[in-house]
Amino acid sequence: MRKLTSPQLKSSYDVIIVGGGPAGLAAAIGAKEAGAESILIVDREQKAGGILWQCIHPGFGLHHFKEELTGPEYAQRFLKQVEEEGVAVISDAYVLDIDKERQVTLMSSVYGMHSIKAGAVVLAMGARERTRGAIHTPGTRPSGVLTAGLAQKLVNMLGYMPGRRIVILGSGDIGLIMARRMTLEGAEVLGVFEIMPYANGLNRNIVQCLHDFDIPLHLSHTVAQIHGQERINAVTVAPVDDKLNPIADKGWEIPCDTLLLAIGLIPENELSRQLNLRLDPVTNGPIVNSAMETSMDGVFACGNVVHIHDLVDFVTQEALSAGRNAGEYALGQRRPGDNIRLVPGNGVSYCVPHTISTHQTHTVYMRVRKPHERCSITFGEVYEKKLRYAFPAEMITVTLKPEFLETFHGDALVVDVHDRE
Amino acid sequence: MNATLTHYLCIGCPLGCRLEVEDDGNDIVQVRGHQCKRGENFAKEEHKDPRRMVTTTVAIRGGELPRLPVKTAAPIPKNRMQDLADELHKVVVTAPINLGDVILANPLDIGTDVVAARDIAAV
Repeated sequence: MRKLTSPQLKSSYDVIIVGGGPAGLAAAIGAKEAGAESILIVDREQKAGGILWQCIHPGFGLHHFKEELTGPEYAQRFLKQVEEEGVAVISDAYVLDIDKERQVTLMSSVYGMHSIKAGAVVLAMGARERTRGAIHTPGTRPSGVLTAGLAQKLVNMLGYMPGRRIVILGSGDIGLIMARRMTLEGAEVLGVFEIMPYANGLNRNIVQCLHDFDIPLHLSHTVAQIHGQERINAVTVAPVDDKLNPIADKGWEIPCDTLLLAIGLIPENELSRQLNLRLDPVTNGPIVNSAMETSMDGVFACGNVVHIHDLVDFVTQEALSAGRNAGEYALGQRRPGDNIRLVPGNGVSYCVPHTISTHQTHTVYMRVRKPHERCSITFGEVYEKKLRYAFPAEMITVTLKPEFLETFHGDALVVDVHDRE
Repeated sequence: MNATLTHYLCIGCPLGCRLEVEDDGNDIVQVRGHQCKRGENFAKEEHKDPRRMVTTTVAIRGGELPRLPVKTAAPIPKNRMQDLADELHKVVVTAPINLGDVILANPLDIGTDVVAARDIAAV
């Protein structure tokens, strides 16, 4: 029998955090820093820590801890800190609803249905993987087609190998990392197929996970057909034309027993939708102001539920700030409202936060639509940041200082990317 | 001796700097493209003696989970990764295990230990 963490629940908390992954854990620490005394994290898994437990590879913590850690080490450090700070963590529990007065309804195997008052709420539900249904791959519906993250959990935590001859669709980081994992575990990875003309994962993963193991990466290719009745036995792969449609007569068949899908993540916003939060159609996450507060008073959001991050360190940074703001809100401190909207312009797919103010320094996270070399990111005419390169797969962080905004008198700043000579 | 210019992608951190190593045929003349000391060191090492951290799992008995994540305490030569992973397939440990516990001391003489990357409680 598993032992569940089951602290005595209070009837109200300064801050309640929905989700105990990297965002939720850092938000709790941020709230504590701001002076919040009672903090509750509600996590649906058996143990808080989120996706980090299955991400056994290194590369975490370089920004936050200034040393390179694996996912489990990163999770364990944060959990320890959260425990030392006296934050209550309940696992195996779901938040069902939050009303306008921030009365939070949760359900748990230990506590049953429970209603708790929150001074402020932080949404940190993370993301889930896109599945085959999202891309409508033709063919039969056999077993052996699964998302890369599920395979990661099976291999790294539960000790099951999903197959021996693996094809990977999509060059997202989890797919690249699983190409290496499956190879080290004795499987044969036959290739990674990416529909776009450039890779979606971080370059270091392409080097470390594919090049190191001689695993071919086929850009501008996709899986055109899945074959097999009970179990997948082959896929047809093919190059794509400029409209991303497979060119059937150039396709070929690859016998395999497993197809891993690494085709992106979607913020997990069932709760946000239920609360009628305003959502950004590009990020699929809540629209947030510079305090990471959503369109509902006192409800903040951070991490992958807002937009998909490539580094857990950036999640941590964003969540610490969201947690601090939530803590201040719970203590009745209100800061000036935002007076400038950020509008994604030429070549920019999104900016988070969606609004900023002139009274303090802001960190703006953004992504470009296509790869650029030697380019500039401009915020209207007030600020320009020169970059040696910009890739859609690499989130760009820009620090905007109040002095840049001194001469700006409009209410909307357009953010563009330009190529430089 | 032929002078060479070789390009590497930095894997020291997720920023992925493009590094350039100029070699006069005997030794490295200059490293360019790095943004930190770590990047410069990586370029030199990748040029002379490429190394990688290895992370994998070993079987664990009597624990809250059946697999324990482990890592090399230091990077090992790139061409020894698969040998080490294969060696670790033979290992079975018993819970409880604490983060940092040495699982194998200098296996296959790779020059470093393999250590546990998390706690796993006994059940």
